Amino acid sequence: MAEIVIKGVAKQFGAFTALHSVDLTIADQEFMVLLGASGCGKTTLLRIIAGLEAPSQGEVWIGGRRVDHLPPRARGIAMVFQNYAVFPHLTVFENIAFGLRMANMPQAEVERRVTRTAELMHIGQLLKRYSGELSGGQRQRVAVARALAMEPDVILMDEPLSNLDALLRLEMRAELKGVLAQSKTTTIYVTHDQVEAMSLADRISVMNGGYIVQADRPTEVYRNPAARFVGSFIGNPPMNFLPASPDGAGRWRVAGRVFDGPHAEAAEFAIRPEDLQAASDGLNAEVRVVEPLGPHTLITAEVAGQPFRAVLESDRQVAPGDVITLAPVPDRIRWFDPETHKAIA
Amino acid sequence: MNRALPYLLLLPASLFLLVFFFYPFGLVVVESLTRGGEWTTENFTRMTGHWKFSTAFWNTIWLTAIVVPVQLIMALAMASVVQKLKTGRAGLLYIFAIPLGISDLAAGLVWLAIFEQSGFLNSILHAFGVIDRPQLYLGYQSLWVIFLAVCLAEIWRATAIMMVIIVAGMGLIPKEYNEAAEVFGASAWQRFTRVTLPLLRPSLQTALILRILMAFEVFAVVMALGGTTLPVLMGETFQWQFQLQDRGVAAAYAMVILGLSVAFSLVVLRLLHVPKGARI
Repeated sequence: MAEIVIKGVAKQFGAFTALHSVDLTIADQEFMVLLGASGCGKTTLLRIIAGLEAPSQGEVWIGGRRVDHLPPRARGIAMVFQNYAVFPHLTVFENIAFGLRMANMPQAEVERRVTRTAELMHIGQLLKRYSGELSGGQRQRVAVARALAMEPDVILMDEPLSNLDALLRLEMRAELKGVLAQSKTTTIYVTHDQVEAMSLADRISVMNGGYIVQADRPTEVYRNPAARFVGSFIGNPPMNFLPASPDGAGRWRVAGRVFDGPHAEAAEFAIRPEDLQAASDGLNAEVRVVEPLGPHTLITAEVAGQPFRAVLESDRQVAPGDVITLAPVPDRIRWFDPETHKAIA
Repeated sequence: MNRALPYLLLLPASLFLLVFFFYPFGLVVVESLTRGGEWTTENFTRMTGHWKFSTAFWNTIWLTAIVVPVQLIMALAMASVVQKLKTGRAGLLYIFAIPLGISDLAAGLVWLAIFEQSGFLNSILHAFGVIDRPQLYLGYQSLWVIFLAVCLAEIWRATAIMMVIIVAGMGLIPKEYNEAAEVFGASAWQRFTRVTLPLLRPSLQTALILRILMAFEVFAVVMALGGTTLPVLMGETFQWQFQLQDRGVAAAYAMVILGLSVAFSLVVLRLLHVPKGARI
């Protein structure tokens, strides 16, 4: 059982605040992804949980035990580093065995665990090699095997796939998901790649400027962004935003059209590009760029002077300069407060 | 042309070395193996037959065996501390490097000024009332004091060169290795012995070989502190060459120093060998 509770954790580096009082609870065996652009504080938060960085304020609890004053080795964690950190002077076997040796595990048990995790990560035939003789993908596997061999309560992963090429990343992603689900550990996984986050996570914590903006299931984060930032960060292409003004009759005027909206002083209209349909009635969009992507065609247009993207069926014939009418799917329209940028229910 | 250019650029330096190093070196080898124009091992028998040879040999070995390990440990400790500093690192390195700028004879004289009969040590001890008259420390009756003074002077003089090399080597080790070891349960000492030291092997090779060669050639410091009371190999070479005017035996001594240097360099290279593929 290893529930992780983070209470009011903040971190300052000199005058720079990397984390502003973060609160987060990660359930036992949950796969939590910390997602954000570089500099958002996600790696700092991970390193604080690992014990490689001390929080300026706040508490970290792992499995009901307060750990923020304990060294990393007393926290029951294992970690996979961005650059793998596979020790160059040790063979693959000794790399995987490193943590077990530090724990003074009997040789027979070390061999059993190393063999088992190496088989699991498909590197059983590489045990005698040095890391200099391995490819990036193989090193990545060694790093994961080393963490799994500890049979830890918690595995922390810092952008583990970011140094792999695209095809290998796809393969490792699926494999990691399977292996980690089997191992029944609590996992915290840091990435800036939203596709990785969506595909791996039980829950995603979207981070921005040292805050956790939203922590929820991937579909929820995608469908119902808690803030404008989440909508603009997740989704490729991201959400479209248009200014709205009240029409006096309880509805909202957006780019010359009228929509049902929230009861609020002011609001901003938002819709995902794939939630638009070409129809006879809707927003008038002047097409600027057409990008056929195979299954879909991505249209970059202008609506009321604002850039606006739509994902349409690929059989639609559209050319730059055309004016088309895009109808938002009514229950997919979202509204944000233009002041606080928070979602309005 | 492009391919030949680097070699052409290196040619003058290579020629210089060949002419002014290997040629005289060859002459010394010949010198050590000839006497009166005849090929002979007489120089070596003369050398080993002299009563001072074995003393000089073992003094040199003992000096090296004591000074180099002490320096290695100190250099590692100092480098580890310097490595952790966030500010003032360069300044401290300069301070540590000051003795490097002093010639070995000057270093010997500095310590002579401390240990001689009218030196600082006697003045201080007298001032505090520990002794009532100056003591003779560096006499032949107390050889071990001379030996100790030489050790001190050597450690003081040449630890910095090892430290500078080790600091540079430590800087090349990515921080993630240490963090990984920390996460996987290694204590600070284990991180040092299981991660830092093995990854530092190339730098340790350089530092140790450089330092061991210097130790076998110890001369000026010994001369300043002990004269010929504490014979060492290099001192004997000097004696045979200039006092006894026997160039053959002096050349034989030079060969012994060379042999020791080569042998110990090979031992260091072998012990600290890093297999291919296991480098950073």
